[in-house]
Amino acid sequence: MSVSLDIKLKRANKVYHEGETVAGVVMLSCKEAMQHHGISLSMEGIVNLQLSSKSVGVFEAFYNSVKPIQLINSNIEVAKAGKVPGGKTEIPFEFPLHTKGNKVLYETYHGVFVNIQYSLRCDLKRSLLAKDLSRTCEFIVHCQPQKSKVVPTPVNFTITPDTLQNTRESSLPKFLIRGHLDATNCVISQPLTGEVVVENSEVPIKSIELQLVRVETCGCAEGYARDATEIQNIQIAEGDVCHGLSIPIYMVFPRLFTCPTLETTNFKVEFEINVVIVLHDDHLITENFPLKLCRV
Amino acid sequence: MAAVQWRSRERNYEAELQRCRPEAAPIEFGDYHPLKPIMVTDSKTRRGTRKGSTSSSSSSSSSAPPDPLSSMLDGTDPLSMFAAASASQPAAAAVSHSSSMGDLGRKRREKEEEAVGPDFEPWSMKRGEILARFTTTEKLSINLCMGSDKGKALGPGSSAVSEKVRTRLEELDDLEEGSQKELLNLSQQDYANRIEELNQSLKEAWASDQKVKALKIVIQCSKLLSDTAVIQFYPSKFVLITDILDTFGRLVYDRIWSMCSDPRPLPESFTVEDVNDTAKETCLNWFFKIASIRELLPRLYVEAAILKCNRFLSRTGIQETLPRLTAMIRGIGDPLVAAYARAYLCRVGVEVAPHLKDSLNRNFFDLLATFRQIGGESVQNLLVVQRVEVPEYLTLYSPAINWILQCIAYRAPEVLLTEMMDRCKTMANNALLLNSIMRAFRPEFVAARATDFIGMIKDCDESGFPKHLLFGSLGRSLACADPPESERLSILNEAWKVITKVRSPQDYIGCAEVWVEFTCRHFTKREVNTVLADIIKHLTPDRAFEDAYPQLQSVIRRILTYFHDFSVLFSMERFLPFLDMFQKDGVRVEVCKSIMEVFIKHQVELTRDPVILNAMLHICKTMHDSVNSLTLEDEKRSLALLIVGFMRTVSFGRDFEQQLSFCVEARATFCNLEPVLVQLVHTVNQLAMETRRVMRGSHSRKTAAFVRACAAYSFITIPSLSSIFTRLNLYLLSGQVALANQCLSQADAFLKAAVSVLPEVPHSISIEGKLRSSESFLLDFINNFLATLLVVPDHPEHGVLYLVRGLLNIVQDYTWEENTDAKVRVYLSALPLLAAMSQETFLYSIPKVDSNETLYGGDPKFLSEINKLCETLIGQILDHLKALARDEQSARRQSALAFSLFGVLLAHGDLRNNKLSQLAVNLWNLSHKQGLSDTRLSVRTLEHVKHQAQQPGMAHLSEAAQRLSLQTRT
Repeated sequence: MSVSLDIKLKRANKVYHEGETVAGVVMLSCKEAMQHHGISLSMEGIVNLQLSSKSVGVFEAFYNSVKPIQLINSNIEVAKAGKVPGGKTEIPFEFPLHTKGNKVLYETYHGVFVNIQYSLRCDLKRSLLAKDLSRTCEFIVHCQPQKSKVVPTPVNFTITPDTLQNTRESSLPKFLIRGHLDATNCVISQPLTGEVVVENSEVPIKSIELQLVRVETCGCAEGYARDATEIQNIQIAEGDVCHGLSIPIYMVFPRLFTCPTLETTNFKVEFEINVVIVLHDDHLITENFPLKLCRV
Repeated sequence: MAAVQWRSRERNYEAELQRCRPEAAPIEFGDYHPLKPIMVTDSKTRRGTRKGSTSSSSSSSSSAPPDPLSSMLDGTDPLSMFAAASASQPAAAAVSHSSSMGDLGRKRREKEEEAVGPDFEPWSMKRGEILARFTTTEKLSINLCMGSDKGKALGPGSSAVSEKVRTRLEELDDLEEGSQKELLNLSQQDYANRIEELNQSLKEAWASDQKVKALKIVIQCSKLLSDTAVIQFYPSKFVLITDILDTFGRLVYDRIWSMCSDPRPLPESFTVEDVNDTAKETCLNWFFKIASIRELLPRLYVEAAILKCNRFLSRTGIQETLPRLTAMIRGIGDPLVAAYARAYLCRVGVEVAPHLKDSLNRNFFDLLATFRQIGGESVQNLLVVQRVEVPEYLTLYSPAINWILQCIAYRAPEVLLTEMMDRCKTMANNALLLNSIMRAFRPEFVAARATDFIGMIKDCDESGFPKHLLFGSLGRSLACADPPESERLSILNEAWKVITKVRSPQDYIGCAEVWVEFTCRHFTKREVNTVLADIIKHLTPDRAFEDAYPQLQSVIRRILTYFHDFSVLFSMERFLPFLDMFQKDGVRVEVCKSIMEVFIKHQVELTRDPVILNAMLHICKTMHDSVNSLTLEDEKRSLALLIVGFMRTVSFGRDFEQQLSFCVEARATFCNLEPVLVQLVHTVNQLAMETRRVMRGSHSRKTAAFVRACAAYSFITIPSLSSIFTRLNLYLLSGQVALANQCLSQADAFLKAAVSVLPEVPHSISIEGKLRSSESFLLDFINNFLATLLVVPDHPEHGVLYLVRGLLNIVQDYTWEENTDAKVRVYLSALPLLAAMSQETFLYSIPKVDSNETLYGGDPKFLSEINKLCETLIGQILDHLKALARDEQSARRQSALAFSLFGVLLAHGDLRNNKLSQLAVNLWNLSHKQGLSDTRLSVRTLEHVKHQAQQPGMAHLSEAAQRLSLQTRT
């Protein structure tokens, strides 16, 4: 006898804000009528922190995992023990998205060392002979829009061999690359934009890329760990581009993997953008810009 | 049965005719016409008619007689009704358009802009052209890596495995995630096949709900476009791969579309509000996924491919995306790759949002901005590595730039075009752009500035874009639109000065072919002749014409479109030498055929112009000589038809001898095509009759000799025909013509020849590929022949009724098919002839020819000969009837035959003779014995007999009529 259990949220994009109600249906489908010992639904919001092996050592990373932080947790009973008729059964539910105390619902974020996740879990208990069924369904929380207005401040940059730091070699080919980002304080739902112009370059350009980097910081007993990892890398120029012509910088912030810049007592999530220029002789030139993401 | 005594009934043809007339025609002749409608002067119906037929017929006032055909129909003619309905719709639409000009003007304008009319040459037309033009013999490779780089796991040991095996092994792999494929050494065809396979697997993946795999395939494919190895193939590669992208774009769009189709499908002009959340979310997901593609080119192409899906998300989506994608292309370093990316974007843009012209222009300006890259160092290095010449490299751009410019120029205002052109002028090395402008802009625009263009072309760098292509493009525009009259000659001179210097015959003819049209359009035969001479001069060395047949054919086609006067055409000195360049048989005949077709269509009046005749004979001879034993029937037929068409236009007017000698010549020339010979015989016969008409029936010595010559011509031409019935009919016809021209011995010879051919008639002949019994044809012919025999006088040296006897003997000996009555039917039809012959004056005669009536003058000996003959025939028929009686199945035939014979006796026999009348009654009874006769026919016949009996001198029939009993059906 096959039974399938599913949770379906009312909103197609599964995005909710604090104070709203998460509504949906539990969908049960079975061929024949089925006996059960109750169906329950639980909502949980949790921050998982992990220490990177790089900053605290392998064992510490394994053992010293920082305790997860619970943001929200509630439970309801959807149906009392009884019988479900054959065919499809839909049981509607509603969960208010309220925090207890002065906790804040952080925005959903999937990172490497920090994970903020919200989920619904439906459990169907059955008799000893049949296995219990359960189903989880992630939903997404967007934090409340920021009250203050974001005023974009363009950032200009010029890259020449002289502006570079951390050069290992002394003999770099000559080049002059100019450009600007329209803003470094970005609205997360809008793309990062700007322009880059290769004014001149002795060696042909091989590629120009935009690298989006997350910087996650976890505090723990021993101090804190700060790690920068790549989220995505987008090529904006390929090959020996025309000199003097502006090339657009454009990047859409990926959903789930980015969130408004977050700073709490226990952890921090920040973002940076690197403009990477690869020359044909495989020289790598990187210009780094810290970003501040927000939601309006 | 004892021999029957035959007496022919005496006929008074005049009186019979007189008797018939008043009965048949009670109407006044002046008034009567069979097609004239029965005039119904009922005003009601008339009004109905007028109401129904809305168009032209209603305008005819009542005074004019109504159209007999339309008034036959009750009121409305169904065809004109439809026509009227369909005509009124656009008219109504037009009215509503014009009325709404004021308030809805803006809306309409938008709509107009939106619609890409049928005059926009779609991409699908260009596709094939590009694929055919940009080919390579170099080996290609496809490098696909799906997802992770697991392919690298192949250890160094694997390199020992031969390349081929490796390819095969990898071919076995599926397009699974992580599998890497590198297909090397592909021929162009293989490459195209692989791409098509990818297209298929894309569809399969999509159908099996593997959306990620589908996306991966598309990404990998568009990645291939950044590879410029084997650059000559790049345009074709672009075509193949964008096909896949188009497929993908369609799949995604349709999928999202179908998500919104619940509860009812989205209207074509849906707005964002009509789209449900799930569909929007799915759509958004696609865009997010695509936005995170690492490489520039795939991200660009895939987003462009699903550009249309923006409609699901926002009203202004497409409008915002197009400029962004346009700007994104700036990041592509390779100018060729960038140009094609622009072409693709324009292609999608025009398809999805034709009203957004700005990004098209933007694209072009960006292209101009990066134009200097084409001469840059990276490109030069690439060309050196691939050993590609600059002119060839530049032509690779043409399809892309042509397309972009075509999109821009489509219904664009003149100002914009001028601006574009001026911008291009300022560019260095602008031949490539110039070429595209001439190709893509309106021909009228180009034509008006033709002189400018020539100047610009001249200024172009020799080592750059090939000049012959530039002139080719200019010529193409000038072929469609006319430059100012005053400039035409100088344009031609200037252009031809350059064209004639093109060295490669292929390049030369490609260009010259186009300019021939311009020359034909505006100039006389002198200029065309010069052009032809130049073409001959260029293509004759090394038999270069052998590689240029299609172009040369097109030259002929273009000339024929403009020159319909063949005397002018053939008086061009170089035209026939030009034709001589077609030395491959098939092509030669093809060209001749095309000339002939035009000739037949346009040479309406008869001609005797020796120039035309000589040239046409030459052409026809070429066609004729191409016929051999392997030629298909159809081909022969069409060739013969064309030659016959030519024959018909030849006329030497009153110069009949010349015409005859032309026919003699033609017979010698076209001896292999029977239809032509048949036509010649007809022509000559017609000639003889024409002579007779001119001489008003009485030939002089000279004309008599001439018509005999005509007869001789026919007589010796006919035997060479293979179709027996054609021969027979022509013999008969020619015999009749000879007789009409008082050539008695010739007529005799023709008819004798016909009789002697008769035994050869086969039982079945092939008609349109099917075997049919020849019997009915033979019977027809014999009846026709018999009718002629009435007027043929007996030959003085042969016996009485020599030809009739001869024919009947042949019929007797002919091996008829078993179980048919054909032979008896012949006898039955011979009887009326004999009866007619025994009259004092014959029913018809030929002026100035004495027939047997005058020769014998009703000599009793002659009459008794005839009667004897009749008796023999009747005896034969009766024997046959008896034979039929034995068989049950043949009873019906017996009945019919007996009735026929009864009819003959009634009409032609003298029934006052008791025996004959007894025989007639017996035959009537025989035909009714089995109850198989046609009762209605019998009734009518009986009535006729009774009617006849009332005529003077026919009283004896009434007695016979009483003895004829009608059988009631049981």
